[in-house]
Amino acid sequence: MIKLLKSSSIFNLAGLVIAWLLVFTFFALKAPPAFHSIDNLETMARQGTIVSIATLGMTCIIITGGIDLSVGSVVALVSVVIAALSLAGYSPWIALFGGVAAGGACGVFNGLLITRLKVVPFIVTLGTFLIVRGAAKWIAHEKTINPPVNWLCDIISRPAKQTEPAPGGFIGQGLYSFWHLFPIGVWLLLILAVAVSLMLKRTRFGRHIVAVGSNEQAARLCGIPVERVKLMVYLLAGLLFGLSGLMTFSRLTLGDPTVAQGLELDVIAAVVIGGASLNGGQGSILGSLLGAWIMTTISAGCSMMGWDTWVEQMVTGAIIIISVAIDRLRVRKD
Amino acid sequence: MPFLSMTGICKHFGATVALDNVELNVESGEVHALVGENGSGKSTLMRILSGAETPDSGSISLDGKPFVPGNPMHARRAGIAMIYQELSLCPDLSTAENVLLGMEIQSFGVIDRKATRKRTEDALKLLGISDVNVDVPVKFLPIATRQLVEIARAVALDSRVVVLDEPTSSLTQADVEKLFEVVQILRKKGAAVIYISHFLDEIKRICDRMTVLRDGVNVGVRKVDEVDTDGIVAMMVGRRIDTIYPRSQRTQGEALLDVSGLFGRTKPANASLQLHRGEVLGIAGLNGSGRTEMLRCIFGLDAVKSGKIKVGTYEGTAKPAERWREGVGMLSEDRKLEGLALRMSIADNMTITKLSPLVSNADQAVKATEWIGKMGVKCQGPNQAVGELSGGNQQKVAIARLLFHGVDVMLLDEPTRGIDVGSKEQIYALIDQLALQGKAVLMVSSYLPELLGVCDRIAVMHKGNLGKALPVHETNAEAIIREAAGA
Repeated sequence: MIKLLKSSSIFNLAGLVIAWLLVFTFFALKAPPAFHSIDNLETMARQGTIVSIATLGMTCIIITGGIDLSVGSVVALVSVVIAALSLAGYSPWIALFGGVAAGGACGVFNGLLITRLKVVPFIVTLGTFLIVRGAAKWIAHEKTINPPVNWLCDIISRPAKQTEPAPGGFIGQGLYSFWHLFPIGVWLLLILAVAVSLMLKRTRFGRHIVAVGSNEQAARLCGIPVERVKLMVYLLAGLLFGLSGLMTFSRLTLGDPTVAQGLELDVIAAVVIGGASLNGGQGSILGSLLGAWIMTTISAGCSMMGWDTWVEQMVTGAIIIISVAIDRLRVRKD
Repeated sequence: MPFLSMTGICKHFGATVALDNVELNVESGEVHALVGENGSGKSTLMRILSGAETPDSGSISLDGKPFVPGNPMHARRAGIAMIYQELSLCPDLSTAENVLLGMEIQSFGVIDRKATRKRTEDALKLLGISDVNVDVPVKFLPIATRQLVEIARAVALDSRVVVLDEPTSSLTQADVEKLFEVVQILRKKGAAVIYISHFLDEIKRICDRMTVLRDGVNVGVRKVDEVDTDGIVAMMVGRRIDTIYPRSQRTQGEALLDVSGLFGRTKPANASLQLHRGEVLGIAGLNGSGRTEMLRCIFGLDAVKSGKIKVGTYEGTAKPAERWREGVGMLSEDRKLEGLALRMSIADNMTITKLSPLVSNADQAVKATEWIGKMGVKCQGPNQAVGELSGGNQQKVAIARLLFHGVDVMLLDEPTRGIDVGSKEQIYALIDQLALQGKAVLMVSSYLPELLGVCDRIAVMHKGNLGKALPVHETNAEAIIREAAGA
């Protein structure tokens, strides 16, 4: 029995991989052959990055038993801040840090309201969902901001085709093409995913996050600073949402205060498909990323088929419900 | 100088005095019982010791040095371990992670899993447990093992004071024996063990001395082998028990509830009983033996696998709504979660099962006021939220709901759990009165003296199987305990 239990998380991940394979095979057979080209996979990876990076933060929040509805608004605000700083003539680095810091500030704001006022996260972030969106529109004067093009616009764009041979001979060439498999934004996502996953599993802070979501009362009795853990989680998530905003800016090459409407629901859906419980205590980074990846594949597949968005929406909705229902059934059997 | 000494501890919450000049002295290598009714201040005293609550005045000394626990972390570091009746483990963390929660062993900012595992296994080994996989999330472990994990937490941190708060209330007899062995090991290690329990026979068995609290005041400190169980109860309650259980001359009428061969999904496993008009039938048994499940099956809340339930002339299973119509009412053991809607008013809670399609507040209030008077509920009025009342008054509201509905068959699950002695007495008197009026009362309780005091007949449940109901004068506490334990 122990073996079975130990593998229950592996079970979940295997289920997600199978689900993705089913979706992928379906489109690979039905959609134009371009769908399963390496090129398209790479495009999907880039498209999925915005949701995926936000997913990392949302997973941590949901594991504590919280929720954040303000993700889309924060992403819009960050894209506007980066664009505005760039337009004002600051260097790309300053714009980048300014944007991510704005994301972090939103996270701290959420975290402080939740821990100090003792208002439930759903309500607090429903409020900041509107406040932050409003702030983005205010800063941008309800218009898009078009800064001059700089390297921030390349973070998530397709890497340039190689024009001259890389130095270092064969190995150098190999490294070069490996590095250029994805744009830097996708690499950043992969590195952050590993880092956050290890943080959750192997560090004291990570274990405290799970403890708080698993049994807050017990965590408090064990002397864990519950409020501080929550605050830090919202800060961390805010920073990650900031990076999501950076990717959004890079993709649009402009700051748009109306962008990313409803992004929070995509992100929450990915985390839930990935096996997290909204009651807290459960969830994994790998699961959430697979959830996001499934959703990206559906979206890419549907658009390749030339289907309207309503098909994609209904399919995604069904997948959310089915995946959670399967999970419930499995738990009941245990 | 005792190892742990709490002197002159006072604490009040608002107008109620929880602790008044309380004293507690525990030697190392001693198992010291802390005894008292619910609400006598035991929990508050322990919360103060563990740093979860600050006393208004008084002092604590530990190992001869003054000790002021600022917060739970501080107390844990000072070597005070609390093992609560509501388990304080995180279900999604592994055993090893739970044992060292808040005290993680780290190297270079990362948890040292090898050392964590080793320390946990060592602690478990010290307690004589070797068959637990410390990497499995504790939600997959049986309840009894979880409790041992909590104790391992105390051992792993080398705690010098270990507080066990009702540790056996959710354990089977075999697990209780295991727990007692573990307590002996702690004692041999020289820990000062504080043992809180309602089960006086347990206290007689494993404790050396006891401190008795009543209504937040010290009643006395005794060597356990110098007092008998009746003596302890008398100290707790403040008078001999026979005076608090009224029993009028009752006459049994026809059978109102007839259950035969009842099986639920897991429990009960073969339960048969007949409940007559004008009688109080008690159901004894250990926690988890399936008593609550039996009531839930009868009331249509849980699925019935097989067996017959006959209410008056109705036969077969039914949903709760039909039971209410048939004149059956149930009082849940969990007042706060199931029994009452705490934020709704007294009037709403009393009348909820019998509302006219168009609800008139004024009408509701009039009816509720009548029952508030009859039951002697202490409140500001029918519109006050039930959650603002004391436990005893909440319970009166919950019972008033059944009476307002006009039920004939009352299924009472732990009707006196968590309420003060005064309210208990009133509820005993009420049950007696109801039986006299011809109601049929089925009463589940874990508190033997009250079953023996209130009921006409008592049946014992063991692992889902309900034994034969015996007239109360043909049985006694020892016989019931033996039957409940399956011995």
